[in-house]
Amino acid sequence: MSATDYPRTVAGMSAGLARGAFSSRELVIDCLGRIARDDSALNSFITIVEEQALAHADAADARRRAGQAGPLSGIPYANKDIFCTKGVRTSCASRMLDNFVAPYDATVVTRLAEAGMVMVGKTNMDEFAMGSSNETSYYGPCRNPWDTSCVPGGSSGGSASAVAARLVPFATGTDTGGSIRLPAAYCGISGLKPTYGRISRYGMVAFASSLDQAGPMALTAEDMALTLNAMCGVDPRDGTSADVAAEDFARKLGEPLQGLRVGLPAEFFDASLNPAIATTLQVAIRALEQLGARCVDIQLPTTRHAVPAYYIIASAECSSNLSRYDGVRFGHRCEAPRDLNDLYTRSRAEGFGAEVKRRILMGTYALSTGYYDAYYAKAQQLRRLIRDDFIRAFADVDVIVGPTAPSTAFGVGQKTADPVEMYLSDIYTTAVNLAGLPGLSIPAGFVHGLPVGLQMIGRHFDEATLLQVAHRFQLETDWHQHTPALKD
Amino acid sequence: MPRWQPVIGLEIHVQLSTESKIFSGASTAYGAEPNSQACAVDLGLPGVLPVLNARAVALAIRFGLAIGARIATRSVFARKNYFYPDLPKGYQISQYDEPIVSHGTLCLTLPDGQAKVIRILRAHLEEDAGKSVHDLFPGQSGIDLNRAGTPLLEVVTEPDLSSAAEAVQYMRALHTLVRFIGICDGNMQEGSFRCDANVSVKPVDSPVLGTRAEIKNLNSFRFVERAINHEIERQIELLEGGGKVIQETRLYDPDRDETRSMRSKEDAHDYRYFPDPDLLPILITEDEIAVARSALPELPQQRHARYVRDFGLSPEEAEAVSSELPVAEYFEALVDRCGDPRQAANWVTGEVFAALNRGTMPFSEVRVSSERLAGLLARIKDQTVSNSMAKQVFEAMWQGTEEADAIIEARGLKQVTDSGEIEALVDAVIGENPDQVAQYRAGKDKVFGFFVGQVMKRSKGKANPQTVNDLVTAKLKL
Repeated sequence: MSATDYPRTVAGMSAGLARGAFSSRELVIDCLGRIARDDSALNSFITIVEEQALAHADAADARRRAGQAGPLSGIPYANKDIFCTKGVRTSCASRMLDNFVAPYDATVVTRLAEAGMVMVGKTNMDEFAMGSSNETSYYGPCRNPWDTSCVPGGSSGGSASAVAARLVPFATGTDTGGSIRLPAAYCGISGLKPTYGRISRYGMVAFASSLDQAGPMALTAEDMALTLNAMCGVDPRDGTSADVAAEDFARKLGEPLQGLRVGLPAEFFDASLNPAIATTLQVAIRALEQLGARCVDIQLPTTRHAVPAYYIIASAECSSNLSRYDGVRFGHRCEAPRDLNDLYTRSRAEGFGAEVKRRILMGTYALSTGYYDAYYAKAQQLRRLIRDDFIRAFADVDVIVGPTAPSTAFGVGQKTADPVEMYLSDIYTTAVNLAGLPGLSIPAGFVHGLPVGLQMIGRHFDEATLLQVAHRFQLETDWHQHTPALKD
Repeated sequence: MPRWQPVIGLEIHVQLSTESKIFSGASTAYGAEPNSQACAVDLGLPGVLPVLNARAVALAIRFGLAIGARIATRSVFARKNYFYPDLPKGYQISQYDEPIVSHGTLCLTLPDGQAKVIRILRAHLEEDAGKSVHDLFPGQSGIDLNRAGTPLLEVVTEPDLSSAAEAVQYMRALHTLVRFIGICDGNMQEGSFRCDANVSVKPVDSPVLGTRAEIKNLNSFRFVERAINHEIERQIELLEGGGKVIQETRLYDPDRDETRSMRSKEDAHDYRYFPDPDLLPILITEDEIAVARSALPELPQQRHARYVRDFGLSPEEAEAVSSELPVAEYFEALVDRCGDPRQAANWVTGEVFAALNRGTMPFSEVRVSSERLAGLLARIKDQTVSNSMAKQVFEAMWQGTEEADAIIEARGLKQVTDSGEIEALVDAVIGENPDQVAQYRAGKDKVFGFFVGQVMKRSKGKANPQTVNDLVTAKLKL
């Protein structure tokens, strides 16, 4: 079997491994080869762990021979470099953590290892997950495989780019305000942000604790269902992880969409939406209707306040979460500090990039005496209203559908001078985090050769329905099968 | 009549007696090698999360019930943000506008016998910081994070205290209470019970409070009294000299017995409190509160009143047997068995405390159970042994495991109460000492003791002293 013949999806690899068509070692070698060949153009990886990956692949092959393999055993994958990995550097794409090696694995990493998956490396991202373009990384911007002059989206840009370029079949991401869905849309892959609390945050470097949520990034809804099965579950080490019964997220994939009510929020389809994207989405929505879904016009009036509310809450939390990077116990420490204040100010000034500093300053301001009520308290009020809006809407519909992003991937450097313009990339995604709802993005077409994402939002803990709708859509369409042609 | 009235409020940090820290599984044991009890959570490493220790919550509820406070059915952890090397996360997890306990009281009996109610505004859960070590490495500071994450309950009074002595009295009453209900070991040397004092003075007839200074780092009753008195004097001197008290934090230096300014209000931190998104609100049901209430023992103040009223103990005796739960339980079990509260109190505060003190043992290591001691007290009651013989028996019981009766039997310590037998001894002593008899009859009363002593000696201490007394008196009069 030649290298190009390996299946590219998790499900395909799982089936091939199960019938002995190839070994995990062969798959991992193929993966490492693709990374070596293509990643210089993408910069989607910060760290590659070749030796460890091969050893884990051999262990997976041995388990399979012993009859102990599960559905994900021996399948290669990548972790966003925000997940702590014991013995392998976790940089969070920051100079601050360029030297940081955690003495523990994140719960997500442990669970995927227990399922037998083989980590081949750690992917590029915006520094501390703060960014919508993957341009704030200390290790340089990651590129979009559909057009390497464009950004992959952020902050999980490395994971999206690596999956889109078929370097790995699956990668982990995190989503605080759209950081899984936005790069999934820009890179033409599938990405799911589960309900807040569905996946443990233990060992995931915190950006904004009340919004951060890990999730799968893959080529298909089916692959997301299989990997989500392994990633989720209550964790005694995370007090905010939800104690809900285990379920098989693949169980509903085969069910038809007859009678499904799809909500179309007026606010997501107003005049500000790029007309070419609007047209692409109309076609996708018609496909859902042909599958038996019924569309309902709905209103989500408070979601227009989501971006400002999000940037206040996320920045406030990050200003506190990032206080631990002080040069005292780990991470970057300035040379020859004169005194304590000098140690703090220079270590932090040198260790953090411009966007991280901007967010810390915004968040510190929003929490300050005299401003707290006007900013943080007000944003929390809005957050409740936004959540109420969604819950009201879900009385009449089963899923809500709209654009993932207001545009397709933009050029590297195009928005770096204007932070507000950059923040508006998140206009359709942040409300979902504020409400704690599950949301996913799947490929729904192309505009000028760049992928367009379709966002679907579900009820709390109803990822199964989202995955069902996405899977039925992918059975009828082939957008998810389009593969970018990387120039040599 | 003093012109100035001191107004004092105390904030006391009570270290809760849990095995592990409030948000991690690391041990809270005191005195370990630096940083050997600091896990990834205590170190504030990236990605780790706090998980609430339910035991700390239970102890806070227990305290709230003991001071008749309101227990919040919903309370919230907040982050107090500031940078300091011994604060690993750059914030302390505490409670801010929604504390777990609020609006309790503690009642003091002032020296003049009047009762005074001290209002406790709130008591909130928080984590302790680590410790900076400045004298170990030349030119550098060391950080020991063993203490980081130790559970504390910060107990805050209203400004209801009017003198340093009153503040100390309150502090002692609180110290007794927290040990009594078993939420804190009360060890002040190890920092388990620490005090900050807010002190201001105002003209006696003024309804307006003066500007206050906060004095930090008061870790003994003596220091609290001295520091507050010193601060009151400083403020009065300042005001009488036409100056103004500025709102500031002052540090007490016990070596020089003075307070000095740490930082003024202008330099005060803006802590930017906000709800900690890593921790869900603490939800407590009315049922849980009811269960905790039923598990609460009768408290020292109630016991004290009952011992004086029903048992006829003096306030001092009552205090001695009511301020620690194991002592009170032992005392009451002894009363139940021996039926004589005064005798029970005497023995507990006398022989039992003395035996424990000799070995510097806590009461939990008492070696003679109340049941065994009751066996001995019964033998005093029925005059089998005298009080002084009983002390020998007690000593033997303390060293071994035998019952009082067995020791009395084995050592032949039975008191001689047969007056015929004693009479023979008295007659013999009088007969053999005619000189002393003559002296006594000549009016030298002191010689009486000689006869009693001789008789006791010949009986090897076993004669009932009262019988000996009576017989010697009667015979010498003949």
